[in-house]
Amino acid sequence: MPDRDIYEEKADSTMGFFDKLKGALKKTKDVLKTDVRDIFRAGEILDEAKLKQFEKRLLLTDMGFEATSAIVEELRVKHVGRTVIIDDIWTTVKDKLKSLLKGDGDVRYDPNKPTSPLNLQSDGPTVILVAGVNGVGKTTSIAKLANLLQKDGKSVVLAAGDTFRAAAVEQLTLWSERLGCDIVTKPSGTDPASVAFAGCDLAADKGKDIVIVDTAGRLQTHTNLMVELEKIHRVIGKRIPGAPHESLLVLDATTGQNGVSQASHFSDIVDCTGLVLAKLDGSAKGGVVVSIRQKMGIPVKYVGLGEQIDDLAVFDPDSFVDALVSEEV
Amino acid sequence: MFEGITDNLKNALSFLNRGRLTEASIREGMQKVRQALLEADVNYDVAQDFIDRVTERAIGDDVLKSLSPTQQIIGIVHNELEELMGPVDHSLNIRKGELTILMMCGLQGSGKTTTCGKLARMLKADNKKPFLVAADLQRPAAIEQLRIIGESVGVPVHTEDPAETTPLKVCQNGVKRARAEGADVVILDTAGRLHVDDELMAELEQIDKRVGPHQILLVCDAMTGQDAVNSAKAFNDALEVDGVILTKLDGDTRGGAALSVKAVTGVPIKFIGVGEALDRLEAFHPDRMAGRILGMGDVVTLFEKAQQEMDEDEMLAAQEKMREGKFTLIDFQKQMRSMRKMGSIKDIMKYIPGLGGMADAMSQMGDPEKDLKRIDGIIDSMTLNERENPNRIDRSRRNRIASGAGVDPSEVNALLKQFGEMATMMKRMSGMGTMERMRAVQDMARSASNDPTGHIRMQKQRSRRGPVDVRKAKDDKKKKRKDAKKSRKKNR
Ligand SMILES: Nc1nc2c(ncn2[C@@H]2O[C@H](COP(=O)(O)OP(=O)(O)OP(=O)(O)O)[C@@H](O)[C@H]2O)c(=O)[nH]1
Ligand SMILES: Nc1nc2c(ncn2[C@@H]2O[C@H](COP(=O)(O)OP(=O)(O)OP(=O)(O)O)[C@@H](O)[C@H]2O)c(=O)[nH]1
Ligand SMILES: [Mg+2]
Ligand SMILES: [Mg+2]
Repeated sequence: MPDRDIYEEKADSTMGFFDKLKGALKKTKDVLKTDVRDIFRAGEILDEAKLKQFEKRLLLTDMGFEATSAIVEELRVKHVGRTVIIDDIWTTVKDKLKSLLKGDGDVRYDPNKPTSPLNLQSDGPTVILVAGVNGVGKTTSIAKLANLLQKDGKSVVLAAGDTFRAAAVEQLTLWSERLGCDIVTKPSGTDPASVAFAGCDLAADKGKDIVIVDTAGRLQTHTNLMVELEKIHRVIGKRIPGAPHESLLVLDATTGQNGVSQASHFSDIVDCTGLVLAKLDGSAKGGVVVSIRQKMGIPVKYVGLGEQIDDLAVFDPDSFVDALVSEEV
Repeated sequence: MFEGITDNLKNALSFLNRGRLTEASIREGMQKVRQALLEADVNYDVAQDFIDRVTERAIGDDVLKSLSPTQQIIGIVHNELEELMGPVDHSLNIRKGELTILMMCGLQGSGKTTTCGKLARMLKADNKKPFLVAADLQRPAAIEQLRIIGESVGVPVHTEDPAETTPLKVCQNGVKRARAEGADVVILDTAGRLHVDDELMAELEQIDKRVGPHQILLVCDAMTGQDAVNSAKAFNDALEVDGVILTKLDGDTRGGAALSVKAVTGVPIKFIGVGEALDRLEAFHPDRMAGRILGMGDVVTLFEKAQQEMDEDEMLAAQEKMREGKFTLIDFQKQMRSMRKMGSIKDIMKYIPGLGGMADAMSQMGDPEKDLKRIDGIIDSMTLNERENPNRIDRSRRNRIASGAGVDPSEVNALLKQFGEMATMMKRMSGMGTMERMRAVQDMARSASNDPTGHIRMQKQRSRRGPVDVRKAKDDKKKKRKDAKKSRKKNR
C-alpha cells in the first residue's frame, strides 16, 4: 500500500454527498440508456405497460418487491388512465421514497457536520459497536469513522474485536497507525468481549472521547456467533453504563433482499441504531435500505464511497433518492 | 410444527387446483413464480425471460389436463431452473505434468482470499502441490491474511514488499518460484475491485495477458442482489471467466444471484462456500440451488409426510403449550417420536431448503439417530413428575436417571440444558410467521456449528466455529466419558 497522507486535502473534498455519489455512479460502464422520465412523456396516457417499465427500474435498485409494489400501486391509483405530467409523477415517486426513508422522525443529518448522525456523549467515552455479515466493509468503515471523529477533534480508541479471521487484527492495526490513534488488541482466539471491555477500560482510564469496537463478520443465522455478539454488547454496557451509544450495522450496497434479514437479526441482538451502507461507489444502488427503513425503522447514517480513508459521507435521504432513481444515470 | 411451511409457492399457486385451468390462470400462476424469483434476488430481466420461456412450456405441456397442476407447474419451474444453472462442471482442469495457474477475481470482500485457502486445501487433499501468490497489494494486511491461511493449510505463499512491487510482478515472480519449487498448481489471489473501475480492471487484464492463467475463477457473494448481472458480465467480458464460486451460502440467502450470473455469463458455477473455515467448500448442485431459490426445497414432500405421520390435534395442542411456555419433556418426547416416524433426521434434512447439502456432511458427524435414542432413553428413566418439572431434578435424581438410562450424569444435565434452550426457541418460533419460522428451523439446525441435529443433540454452545472444533470437542467428550467410566470402575 503506497504511503499516503490521510489528511491530504483532496481536490474534491468539498464536493457534497450528491456530487460524489453521482461521480461514483458515472463510472458505471453500463450506463442505463433510458431516462425514467422518458417513460412518462407529457401528454401520454399512463397504462400498465408503462407502469411495468417503472416497476423494473424500482426493482433494479434492490428495494424489493413490497416497497416497489407500494409505489407502483400509488402511481396506479393517482395516474393510471390519465394524461401524464412528468413532474407530477416525479414528485409522487420521490416523495414516496423519501418519506419511506425518513420514517417518522425526519432523518436529515448535517453534511457539513460529519459527526451529526452520532449520539455522542458529553461526559465519559462514547462507545460505537460495529457489526455485520462477512466482508461488507466493517473494518474499513471503522477506520473512516475514526478519521471523521479525529478531524472533529475527538480522541479515538479502536478495539480489535475480530479475533477470529486471519489478519483481521493486523488490518485494523495498520489503519490505527495511519490514523495515529490508540488501539487495543489481544491475541487471535481471545474472547472478543474481553477486547471490547479492554477498549472501554482504556478510554475510561485515559479520558478518551470515543471507543469503536470492531467485530468479526458473522452471518445472522449462525446462532452461536450471534450469542457471542450479544455478549460483546452486554459486556460493553457493564463497563460503561448506557453503552454502546451507537450500534452500527454495516451493509454492502450490492446486497439484495438478504439485507432485510441481516437488519432484523442483528437488530434483535444488538439493537442497531443506524446503518452504514458501504461500497455505494459501484453500480449497485443499495435500495434494500428502503425496505429496512420501512420494516424496521433503522436509519442509514453513513455511506461508503471507496476504499480510502475519506471515502465516507453522511447519509442524505434526499440526494440518495435522487441518485437511486436518478434522471441522469 | 410444519403447518404452513409451504405458504410460499404452493399456497400461492393453490388456486390452480380449484376451478377450471386455463391458459390465463397458468399465466397468473407464473406471475407468482416471478415474484418468488424476484424476492430471491434473481435479476429482473433474467426472471422475466425465464418466466416467458417456462410459461410457453407449461401451456404446451399437458399441465392443463394433469390432476395436480400446482405440482406439475412447480416441477416444470424447478426443472427449468436446474437446467439453467447446470450442467455440472466441478473440474478445475488441472493439467498433468505441467504447472496449472488459477487466478481469482471479484468484487471487494466477496471471499477471494478465503477461497484461495479452501481450494489449496482441497487440492492438497487430492495429492496435488498447490502454491499461493499474494497479489493483493491494496488492502491493508491482505498479504498477511493469505500468509496465515497458507500456513494453516500447509501450503507455501509467495509474498513481496508491497512498496517495492506491482501485482503483475508478484504474479510473475510467484509463478516462477512455484515452478522452481516443483508445485503443480499456482493460485493467484488478487485484490478486490469494482467492475466499474477501469484502471483496476485493466490491471487484471494485464495479468491475464502476461501471466496467462489457465483458469480464471470469479468469486461472487451469494447475497448479491440485482447488480450481480452487471459485475459478473463485466468481469467475464474483461477476462473470459472459466468458473464461478459462490460464497456465503451458509446463511439464509435465497441465492438468486446464482441464476443471474449463470444466465448472463454462461459460465458454470463450480463450487460453493458454506462457511468461513477452510474446509467449507462444496461442489455446486443445481438441483439443490433450484429448490433454495424457489424457497421450497422439497418442503412439499416433507409437509405431506408430516401430515401423514403427525396427529393434527396433538400438534396443535403442543403448539399451544409452547406458546404458553408449558411445553414439557413429555411433549418433547412425543414430538420427537412422531418426527422419527417420518424418517431419519438425515432424510428430513434433505427436504428443508438450504440443509440438503448438510445431509452429506452429517455422515461425518456420527449417528444422530443414536443420540435421539439416547435422549429417548433418558426421558424414559424419569418419573412423570420429573418430566413435567425438569427444574426439580437435583443431583441424586440426576444420578438415578443416568444409571437408569445407562448414560453419564453429565448427559442428563446437557439434555436438560438443551431442552431449556429449545423450549425458549420454540416459544419464540410460535410467534413467528411461516417464513421466519422456517428460517428459525434452519438456524436451529445450523447453529451448533453445522450440526444438523442442532439443539437436540447434546452439545454445548460454543463461540468458536468450524467442524474441527466440533470434532475436537466430541473427542474430548469421548475421552472424558472413558475416563469417567474408568474411575467408576476403580471405585467399585
Ligand atoms: N469500493 C469500496 N470498497 C470498500 C468499501 N468499504 C470497504 N471496502 C472494501 O471491501 C473489502 C472488505 O472490507 P473490510 O473492511 O475488510 O470488511 P469487513 O466487514 O471488516 O470484513 P470481515 O471482517 O472479513 O467480515 C476490502 O477490500 C475493503 O477495501 C467501500 O465503501 N467501497
Ligand atoms: N460465512 C461465510 N463467510 C465467508 C465465506 N467465504 C468467505 N467468508 C468470509 O468473508 C469475509 C471476506 O473474505 P475474504 O476472503 O477476505 O474476501 P476477499 O474477496 O479476499 O476480500 P478483499 O480481498 O478485501 O476483496 C471474511 O470474513 C471471510 O471469512 C463463506 O463461504 N461463508
Ligand atoms: Mg473486519
Ligand atoms: Mg482478499
